[in-house]
Amino acid sequence: MSTLERDPLEQVQVLDEDGNVVGEEPDLSEEKLVEMYRQMRLARHFDKRAVSLQRQGRMGTYPPLSGQEGAQIGSAHALDDEDWLFPSYREHGAAVVRGLPLKQTLLYWMGHEDGNKVAEDVNVFPVAVPIATQILHATGAAWASRLKGDEKAFLTYFGDGATSEGDFHEGLNFAGVFDAPAVFFCNNNQWAISVPRERQTASETLAQKAVAYGFEGVQVDGMDPLAVYKVTREAVEKAKNPDEGELRPTLIEAVQYRFGAHTTADDPTVYRDDDEVERWKQKDPIPRLESYLRDREILDDERVEEIQASVEAEVADAIEAAESVPRPEPEEMFEHTFAELPPHLREQYEEFAALRERHGDSAFLED
Amino acid sequence: MADAQQTQNLTLVQSVRDGLYTEMHNDDEVIVLGEDVGKNGGVFRATEGLYDEFGEDRVIDTPLAESGIVGCSVGMAAYGLKPVPEIQFSGFMYPAFDQIVSHVGRLRTRSRGRFTCPMVIRAPYGGGIRAPEHHSESKEAFYAHEPGLKVVIPSTPYDTKGLLISAIRDPDPVIFLEPKLIYRAFRGDVPEDDYEVPIGEAAVRREGEDVTVVTWGAMTRPTMEAAENLAEEGVECEVIDLRTISPIDKETIVESFEKTGRAAVVHEAPKKGGIGGEITAMLQEEALLYQEAPVKRITGFDVPFPLYALEDYYLPSPTRVEEGIRETVEF
Repeated sequence: MSTLERDPLEQVQVLDEDGNVVGEEPDLSEEKLVEMYRQMRLARHFDKRAVSLQRQGRMGTYPPLSGQEGAQIGSAHALDDEDWLFPSYREHGAAVVRGLPLKQTLLYWMGHEDGNKVAEDVNVFPVAVPIATQILHATGAAWASRLKGDEKAFLTYFGDGATSEGDFHEGLNFAGVFDAPAVFFCNNNQWAISVPRERQTASETLAQKAVAYGFEGVQVDGMDPLAVYKVTREAVEKAKNPDEGELRPTLIEAVQYRFGAHTTADDPTVYRDDDEVERWKQKDPIPRLESYLRDREILDDERVEEIQASVEAEVADAIEAAESVPRPEPEEMFEHTFAELPPHLREQYEEFAALRERHGDSAFLED
Repeated sequence: MADAQQTQNLTLVQSVRDGLYTEMHNDDEVIVLGEDVGKNGGVFRATEGLYDEFGEDRVIDTPLAESGIVGCSVGMAAYGLKPVPEIQFSGFMYPAFDQIVSHVGRLRTRSRGRFTCPMVIRAPYGGGIRAPEHHSESKEAFYAHEPGLKVVIPSTPYDTKGLLISAIRDPDPVIFLEPKLIYRAFRGDVPEDDYEVPIGEAAVRREGEDVTVVTWGAMTRPTMEAAENLAEEGVECEVIDLRTISPIDKETIVESFEKTGRAAVVHEAPKKGGIGGEITAMLQEEALLYQEAPVKRITGFDVPFPLYALEDYYLPSPTRVEEGIRETVEF
């Protein structure tokens, strides 16, 4: 029985909370395992620094990811180079795996549109802030790729709150009807800002919703990177090459927890207990994978320290690079609205440019 | 060949179909999707025969879900297809509104040009056909207000095909609203070959020295009728059919106003926040010193579009248009 054919009420696990093997391990090289570990540490450190930058007024509102490193890194590694990723707005770790530099993510949250400019060879869509809207984009792109005769998978991330939205239903429904090679990856982090998972749906699991669309759903321990990798890899392979009579899409529910706030503008102490947070911290994906790798003598103290030092340096470099990017020119607001700048936009820009010329930037800028 | 171009005598809705057919032949990436567009050929027959001609992978009957249709089209367009989604009635576009304003109009900006959204969202719009509730709305101003979208409304069979072909070839998303009141009201010559009518250029339907009357879509007919009636009284209207609601052809309107010094705008959408207000403000900004009378807005009322027992009162009639223009001229 494949992982995906399991009962959607059954949670897939490879590592228990202490990193002991309790399920079938995925086929991953030592090198790949260390890379995943390193990227999880990188995402954790990045997150810590990003929150701190926001507190210091060096960055705008930021959505933290700590707790979700296992789900993000594990799933992104399951994609092949040609596959596509349609993120929500919290998948800074997954984006790194796919080749989006940290500097870009920082720039975006520092208010530069250029943070969303993804390099031509990186198959990542811009972040989607409106909830669940990107699910349809992934379905549409997956559907288009089949119409064109390509063989690729399209993975989209969303949270538990997104499963309440119409676009979730419409995206999964279309994917089922048109057999689109889409992987719907729900980062069920238990809270949609202050509203708990139980208030999003009366279903026992989110994974079981797949039954309504005619394809498979699977629930996985989202804080177990190996289980996440395994489940996502099977979904990606099925999207490209399904068995006879099998539909391509899969809904994955990765059960996890966001340790911090929804965003830096949110105060979770208003709606949840410390006990709850502590309980979930026992499942932290980083020590779990570390313990597994130490048991296999793939990692030791020295290597762990080396990794930590390297991720700190990498994040520091990215922050320095992002902060040294000058404020964009106002012309940039206008130039990407249409392929060709229409006369009314040219007029608006020229009127503003003349004012700026006359008064200088100090008349417009706060700092 | 020096021969005159072959033409067909088509209704406006047949011209929509001809435009789709022509461009689907020219470009394999063009696909049509929506509710009932396939085997049924569309509830107004705008896609008739396309399914048989191009097959189920290019003329796609979708589940009944407007956000799904438009949201999937975003992904399809970004992936290199040119989707032409049909929303069965413009009054049903609101479930897709989030996708239209949050993504369709913004994808190019958000990705600094890496991803674009070249799609044409087609919908029959407007009143006057004794349709049920939510089938007669005229909400072009919503879409014109949204940066990154172009909004096109044809009023003749010739323009319909040419504008639709331009819209499909446009690298940016276009909202293409079809005035269903005049889908079959008359016929016009339409070339068999492909041709473009440029987006963003208005057409002067009638020249006149006394007053500039700006209109579009189904309202061009009562406006032209009013203009002919007024001509008998010696009032010569210059009637401008906007054709593109966004971006607006400012040059044509302002040039005409500088000649006449008086203007009226005729639209069936509610008055408040409508395009009539936009044109009024444009004339204030651009040509105040030419102005000899207040700009008159002859529009639908600020009420939900009524059921059909009252729709003839709601829609600007030739008499209302005439009275409005007369008020401007006599000011």
